[in-house]
Amino acid sequence: MIDQAIFRPVVPAAAKRPRLWHWREPSILPGFPLGLGITLLYLSLIVVIPLAALAIRPWELGLSGFWRVLTDERVLRAFRLSFGLSILAALLNAPLGLLIAWSLTRYQFPGRRILDALVDLPFALPTAVAGIALTTIYAPNGPIGALAAKFGIKTAYSPLGIFIALVFIGLPFVVRAIQPVLQEVDREVEEAAQTLGASSFQKAFLVILPAIAPALLSGVSLAFARAVGEYGSVVFIAGNMPFKTEIAPLLIVIKLEQYDYAGAAAVGVGMLLISFAALIVFNAAQILLARKGRA
Amino acid sequence: MDLSLEISGISKSYGRYPALNNVSLQAHDKEFLALLGPSGSGKTTLLRVLAGLEKPDAGEVRFGGEDFLSVPVRQRQVGMVFQHYALFRHMTVAQNIAFGLTVRPRSERPSKSEIADRVADLLSLVQLDDMGKRYPAQLSGGQRQRVALARALAIEPKMLLLDEPFGALDAQVRRELRRWLRELHDRAGVTTVFVTHDQEEALDLADRVAIMRDGQLIQLGAPNEVYENPADPFVYDFLGAACRMPGKVEGGRLTVADWVTKAPKGAPEGPVEVFFRPDEVAFAPADGAGLGAEVKAVAQRGPDVRIECVIEGEVFELEAHGPTLPAGVAPGLSLRVKPMRPRVYPRTTVA
Repeated sequence: MIDQAIFRPVVPAAAKRPRLWHWREPSILPGFPLGLGITLLYLSLIVVIPLAALAIRPWELGLSGFWRVLTDERVLRAFRLSFGLSILAALLNAPLGLLIAWSLTRYQFPGRRILDALVDLPFALPTAVAGIALTTIYAPNGPIGALAAKFGIKTAYSPLGIFIALVFIGLPFVVRAIQPVLQEVDREVEEAAQTLGASSFQKAFLVILPAIAPALLSGVSLAFARAVGEYGSVVFIAGNMPFKTEIAPLLIVIKLEQYDYAGAAAVGVGMLLISFAALIVFNAAQILLARKGRA
Repeated sequence: MDLSLEISGISKSYGRYPALNNVSLQAHDKEFLALLGPSGSGKTTLLRVLAGLEKPDAGEVRFGGEDFLSVPVRQRQVGMVFQHYALFRHMTVAQNIAFGLTVRPRSERPSKSEIADRVADLLSLVQLDDMGKRYPAQLSGGQRQRVALARALAIEPKMLLLDEPFGALDAQVRRELRRWLRELHDRAGVTTVFVTHDQEEALDLADRVAIMRDGQLIQLGAPNEVYENPADPFVYDFLGAACRMPGKVEGGRLTVADWVTKAPKGAPEGPVEVFFRPDEVAFAPADGAGLGAEVKAVAQRGPDVRIECVIEGEVFELEAHGPTLPAGVAPGLSLRVKPMRPRVYPRTTVA
């Protein structure tokens, strides 16, 4: 809310060329060197070094070998399945998560707190347990699976089953990302829209949705990232048929079991690159959205 | 002038807490009406009832002869301005102002160029001509509130409702905007209801002031009228600084401590509360008429002088305009203080 234009320092003409990288202006608050040091050390140990080790491994195959692994038909199919279904699941979770977050923040009803706690369950449950539970229900002899089978729909052991599992694990990310922001949306802003003649529909789409869009996008990107890497809950329900219902993380495990470490690492690096690119796109969109109105 | 707004018998309670208790008042067409009261007096609730954001439990609101309560919010065509601006922060200033026009059904919506013209007119009306492309976050508080006002005016409202619009602004900006708002109202010619807890603002701005307390309308009248003739001790106290002393009225004579004077017209007989404004007093030598007082301290504040006096063992802070103060008033001096326009209320009323 602070008028930032006032605080923007006056820059002499000579120094006006924007630099891409620069140290932040030293702050009065102490701890910058220590804070940065710990951040770099921690990120190196936990994220960068393991990923670097992963990235080095496939080169023993050489560039052409690496490329051959990645362009293998089975790998390509697994990639398409993993990333395609992850995006679809995250996209489905966007409206559904929004609806759930809306109900939980906007309405008071008996059992609201219990429902609220239920949302976190996919976070807390060991993924294998979730996978077995989902499989029990959606298998051809399970209650929902049998029902769907009557209509000729195969739920478990098909891409649909994988999709269900990915929706399941992604949901809390979307709900939890939106909830606090939705709570913060000013009642007065909505009332202003109403007095100006906006219908409920216009109020939701022109006023509330833009306000929570950055949070929604962040939730969707988290759900997507989680879905890409998901293994435990998917392997039980997927059926794991090569070329059909075999996800990329499973392919890595299979390669490891065949002592093809370099091949497994190559698939891993491929996933890493695609995920990284996707997250950059998500983040850029989010920054663009968030910058609007906050500049 | 014809009546445009008629509020009758409005009551509203939240659970067991009554926010509005049988409030009735009328406003003329194009009148500027201020709802004045301390927080919790129900003034904002009444405004929200007018806007349609709150449903009263009982009562009736007619506007231009039409039953207003049965009209849904979005069709009331009231321009509402909120204390914290309530701007759409993801929209530019121009988009904010245009909002009320762009959400209209296609058949009633002005064309794009008509909307742009209207926005430009409103921007210059609120003196923000070059700010159309900015976002609310890039504006100061006073500018934001002017955008909110332009946005409310864009729908050509039948009534303008302002809920403490200057409450979040600093004193300087407040005073500027106050004058400006009054001019704007006179030019736009819209019935305006303005909620405030600042008596100076209400008295300065409004055609008539409605003073509220505990969900009830206590007094309604022109600023001068209510200031000169407060209905009860609460209103007297609320409208300005007040000194109060116990007294007695007997046979048309008012006795306060050692001062006996003619009782004001219509004063009740018996024990009374005597009120006077600290700046409506005359000073006389110790052998003259008035309340016996001893000066404790004298402090000059610009053109005004604050004189701390002890009267009947109690400390009163009186005010005098420098040039009219008799020379020689200094700490330790005994003199007489004569309230020029004492107001008398029966002692049973507790404010």
